[in-house]
Amino acid sequence: MGKFILKRFLSIIPLLLGITFLVFILMYAAPGDFLSEARASKDISKERIEEMEREFGLDKSWHIQYALWLKNVLTLNLGESWAYKVPVEDLIGQRIVATLVLSITSLFFAWLIAIPLGVLTAIHKDSIFDRLTSILAYAALSIPEFFLALLAVFFAASTGLFPIGGRTSIGHDFLAPLAQFFDYVYHLILPTIVLGIGGIAGMMRIMRANFLDYLRAEFVTTARAKGVPEGWVMFKHVLRNAINPLISAFGFAFSGLLSGALLVENVMNYPGLGQLIYSSFLKQDQYVVMAAVVIGCVMLMLGNLLADLLLGWTDPRIRLEK
Amino acid sequence: MRNSIFKELLHRPLGLFVSVILLLLYTCALFAPFLAPYKTSDQNLDKSFHPPTGITWKDGRFHVKIYENIDPTAARYEVIKGKTIPIKLFAKGYDYNLLGFIPMQRHLFQLDTSESHPQIYILGSDVTGRDVFSRLLYGSQISLSIGLIGITITMLLGFLVGGLSGYFGGKFDFFAMRFVEFLMAIPGLYLLLALRSALAQHFESAQMYMMIVIILAFIGWAGTARIIRGMSLSIRNRQFVYAAESMGQSTIVILFKHILPNLTSYLLVAATLSIPGYILGEAALSFLGLGIQEPSASWGLMLKQTQEDMKVFMLNFWWLLTPGLAIFITVIAFNVLGDTLRDIVDPKMKV
Repeated sequence: MGKFILKRFLSIIPLLLGITFLVFILMYAAPGDFLSEARASKDISKERIEEMEREFGLDKSWHIQYALWLKNVLTLNLGESWAYKVPVEDLIGQRIVATLVLSITSLFFAWLIAIPLGVLTAIHKDSIFDRLTSILAYAALSIPEFFLALLAVFFAASTGLFPIGGRTSIGHDFLAPLAQFFDYVYHLILPTIVLGIGGIAGMMRIMRANFLDYLRAEFVTTARAKGVPEGWVMFKHVLRNAINPLISAFGFAFSGLLSGALLVENVMNYPGLGQLIYSSFLKQDQYVVMAAVVIGCVMLMLGNLLADLLLGWTDPRIRLEK
Repeated sequence: MRNSIFKELLHRPLGLFVSVILLLLYTCALFAPFLAPYKTSDQNLDKSFHPPTGITWKDGRFHVKIYENIDPTAARYEVIKGKTIPIKLFAKGYDYNLLGFIPMQRHLFQLDTSESHPQIYILGSDVTGRDVFSRLLYGSQISLSIGLIGITITMLLGFLVGGLSGYFGGKFDFFAMRFVEFLMAIPGLYLLLALRSALAQHFESAQMYMMIVIILAFIGWAGTARIIRGMSLSIRNRQFVYAAESMGQSTIVILFKHILPNLTSYLLVAATLSIPGYILGEAALSFLGLGIQEPSASWGLMLKQTQEDMKVFMLNFWWLLTPGLAIFITVIAFNVLGDTLRDIVDPKMKV
């Protein structure tokens, strides 16, 4: 097992190198740089611009800039944000927590609804309930996340039941610890639902199809013939098998969530990684973007690894060391 | 075989239904200038957030009700009783080129009045008093065509790389697949942003359009290539491929004449199911302000405007959300079409 994990970690390295290189090249190729605005304004002297260029290393050629960045990263120094003048770690740290919390809650929200719904629709196949759910699933799959987010903001603004954005209330710092926690939860509800809905539909359909497949499997017939109680058959024989693809799709779902979070965070003004990446892209705040993309990809790969480990744990037929 | 697929599709009620909807949508996009009463950039600052205008029947023709702004701070309008303007069908309006090359002046409907400012708002107006209905129609040209063009490029690229990978195997296969995995390892929207930022901020509409297509296709081909590689790997070892090889046919000929026909039904289904991705991708880019720019219209761009208006004015004008509904209908239609096609092509294939 240890060997497997080590191998997986080692395989991440070339991928990360490639990704950072790609992002770096793209940002380097982008017209203008962080100082374009400073250069255009008349208030800033030429000497100051040159000084800033040297400070940010913009006068060096691109491969030296990239090598410098790599060297810094290896010493756990992600550089400094040009726009905010703070170390990138400080800027990103909080954002990661926010995005992770949002992704994980929406994933669990999706699972919590999708699995029972998938099972129920499979057991009551072709009933009105099944038809209705599959129509709703189609609708949920087809609605763009940012439009859903827009509708949620619309709903929050017109009913006042939920905050229209942000992660905390204005008076958050003055609340008691427990009240602070509930303040977080209160702000998390709408983004979680918005981000989770797309996932529910997809997972429910997978769950339903698998469940139907395993219902017809021979070992299920055998179990029934042995006189195993129906509930036990469903739970122990069918569900245990049918749930596997959902676990292995964990990484994939996570990737979708990261992308979806970027849009939802921007619409709902939720201070996560996606919002930071977007605003940094617009400002060409290179080190922030690089760090955020790298962290996004690492989270994705860790998600994939976790999915593999989970699968190995839940399904004894799968051997990870091979 | 292809013909029988379409025949079967039209025999299924759901398939027929979504086919008709899609046909209708694309016809609207094709004839947008004829159907739209106004240009995308026709403003009327006195009529911002005008509600959809009511239509009545009077003296043997349709009349449109006239509204009066009773509270400019809250954009509240009320009908002026008894005052209407007749609607003229097939009337002359602004000049345009139908299908891009037929110069025309006739529009489906225009108001029978000398006033040139937009007055009939079937779906209300936006912040600068532009007609949402006209913008929706013009926007559909961009939003609907981007999927078709994008998917063509993707499928071609995916088929070439995937097909050659599966056919040759070895080093080419190894490097192509590592590259594919690399592309797939980056969250899609992050890659989209990175690619977009590398290109200039402002383009002309036509260039911007092409750029979006290229970016979306670049991201999309990886998944297709991977699946096609697997399929061509198995077809590669079939007798007829060996026969073609022994007859001395070239690789490209084998790829297109022997392997492609075996993949058409898969490609058809995959293409239909991936089109929504392109429509959503364009909408997302435009929504983030990185895609189509004003004064052109696309559905994503219109929603971006809506979001900004909602933030500033805190008003609820439902007609500003119609582009979202349009995206929703298109995407759901393509999804249903794809699923139905898959059912027909291979009833055993799963979700």
